[in-house]
Amino acid sequence: MKEHFLAEYRAFAENGGGSSRFPAWLQQLRARAIAQFANVGFPTTHQEEWRFTSVQSIAETPFSLAVTDAAIPTLADIAPLLIGGRAAPRAVFVNGHFASALSSAQGLPDGVRLGSLAGALAAEPALVEPHLGRYARFDAHGFTALATAFLADGAFVSVPAKTAVEAPLQVLFVASAAGGHPMWHPRNLIVLAREARATVVETYAALGEAASLTNAVTEIILGDGARGEYYRVQHENPNAYHVATTHSHQGRDSALETCVIALGAALSRHDVTAVLGGTGAYLILNGLQVLGGRQHVDHHTCIDHAQPHGESHEVFNGIFDAEARGVFNGRIIVRPGAQRTDSKQTNNNLLLSRDARADSQPQLEIYADDVKCTHGSTVGPLDPTALYYLRSRGLGVAEAQALLTYGFGTEILSRIGVPEVRTQLDRIVRERLHIARWQQAS
Amino acid sequence: MAIRGITNAYFLRSAVNAIRHHQGLEELDPLDFAQILDEKLQAIGWDDSYLSRPVNEGFSGGEKKRNEILQLAVLEPRLAILDETDSGLDIDALKTVAEAVNKLRAPDRAFVVVTHYQRLLNYIVPDFVHVLADGRIVKSGGKALALELEEKGYDWLRPEAAIA
Repeated sequence: MKEHFLAEYRAFAENGGGSSRFPAWLQQLRARAIAQFANVGFPTTHQEEWRFTSVQSIAETPFSLAVTDAAIPTLADIAPLLIGGRAAPRAVFVNGHFASALSSAQGLPDGVRLGSLAGALAAEPALVEPHLGRYARFDAHGFTALATAFLADGAFVSVPAKTAVEAPLQVLFVASAAGGHPMWHPRNLIVLAREARATVVETYAALGEAASLTNAVTEIILGDGARGEYYRVQHENPNAYHVATTHSHQGRDSALETCVIALGAALSRHDVTAVLGGTGAYLILNGLQVLGGRQHVDHHTCIDHAQPHGESHEVFNGIFDAEARGVFNGRIIVRPGAQRTDSKQTNNNLLLSRDARADSQPQLEIYADDVKCTHGSTVGPLDPTALYYLRSRGLGVAEAQALLTYGFGTEILSRIGVPEVRTQLDRIVRERLHIARWQQAS
Repeated sequence: MAIRGITNAYFLRSAVNAIRHHQGLEELDPLDFAQILDEKLQAIGWDDSYLSRPVNEGFSGGEKKRNEILQLAVLEPRLAILDETDSGLDIDALKTVAEAVNKLRAPDRAFVVVTHYQRLLNYIVPDFVHVLADGRIVKSGGKALALELEEKGYDWLRPEAAIA
């Protein structure tokens, strides 16, 4: 099992480990990470954090690093995946490798970086070193350890202090392999310095049908007073495996609005850790999952109120059809001294078939006494009273069901501030739910 | 009944299109529908503040009633049953709702207004008044009957009272 991945690592390291121009501290970080992976291996369902999600199928598949010379898709191929048209700023990766021909960083304000992390590591490591690997810890998480060991490339977004970027910055990972068991470990670093402002959209999409493994890690750092929006869309092909860790760290009076959307993959697991590390930080963490077939999705979120006067709002909605399965574990920590924290968590799961299943687990750990924390979760079918209401106004059964289901999704999507992002996601969700053209929202 | 995530405008368009679909008519696109909605709102003298809110979510009792009337205007049923539309409404809300209903009255549309009180009928003047007791119509008449009921109560119409 893990021996195969250790052998893959040795081959990777002997091949130069992505680039010989990488700084020594990165080589050391990777060496520590692979040692840790050798130690902990893949998680099993005996571990509390993985109780509902077996990754045995990943551990037993001989994945190998995707080769660089795969056919690069054309701009026309990826056009439907782009936010804001062909001229919009973006960093595109094909099978984990940066595709400069498909990327564009034109028209961005001075000092703003949007491109390859490998490029930044080689050219200006000083911008990267203070942050990379400092937040997404790999001591207890085998996949994060593996991703850190294979750390070679991903997106680097950096916005200097007091700089506002108006256009959404898109980071697009396209899987184009048609067969085999390719894997990639995208590593993304998003840094908004003091009082900077930007929106980042991270998309994982498939043009091929390979049973690939994406094992992504994204670190998001917001300096004091920074304002960020982060949207993540996972619509990999139905054979794919997707494991991800997103770790954000916020400074004083910063605001971060995030929304993570999971639509694809046979099996996906996303760990989101959000640390409100400065006084008065504000966080929105929303999520939407739309799954069918035998898909499985697992979200483990952890909102860590480390400082006082923080505010967090979390709403996750899941829509599960056929034999799909959803797992939500939402942990909220209020550290000692994090007084006047205001935290609200909601998880709603809609089961559209008898064989669909959802497990919802809130977990509150409060160590301060002057706080406001609420949570609630639901699991169940469409509300028969709501269906009756719609049917009594002329809608047929199927239309009423579709409308209510769609409402479950738009409840999350309507909160997305960037119109281009909202429109694209609305289209994708409508397609998934087979909502007729004349029923579309706008 | 609140419908999460679905705005009133979207819900109304879906309902109208479902009906049009059933009738073999072409569905309306958002722009056409917005125009029709605008005309309906003007006809009943209301603004569009309800349209962008999710259906019934956080609506007060009065707002829900008004919303029902808006649905009435847009869905254009041939028969509308207004069951205790006056319950829980203050005088101003009652007037607003009644005025809208009056504007929707038409030769090819019937309203059955169910109420316990005559007050509503000052605003919606009925063509016929029927008194229902124990599931049967026990007395029929014109609007004068409603006034008579207001004066004398219902007891004299009860079947046992009629026998005695």
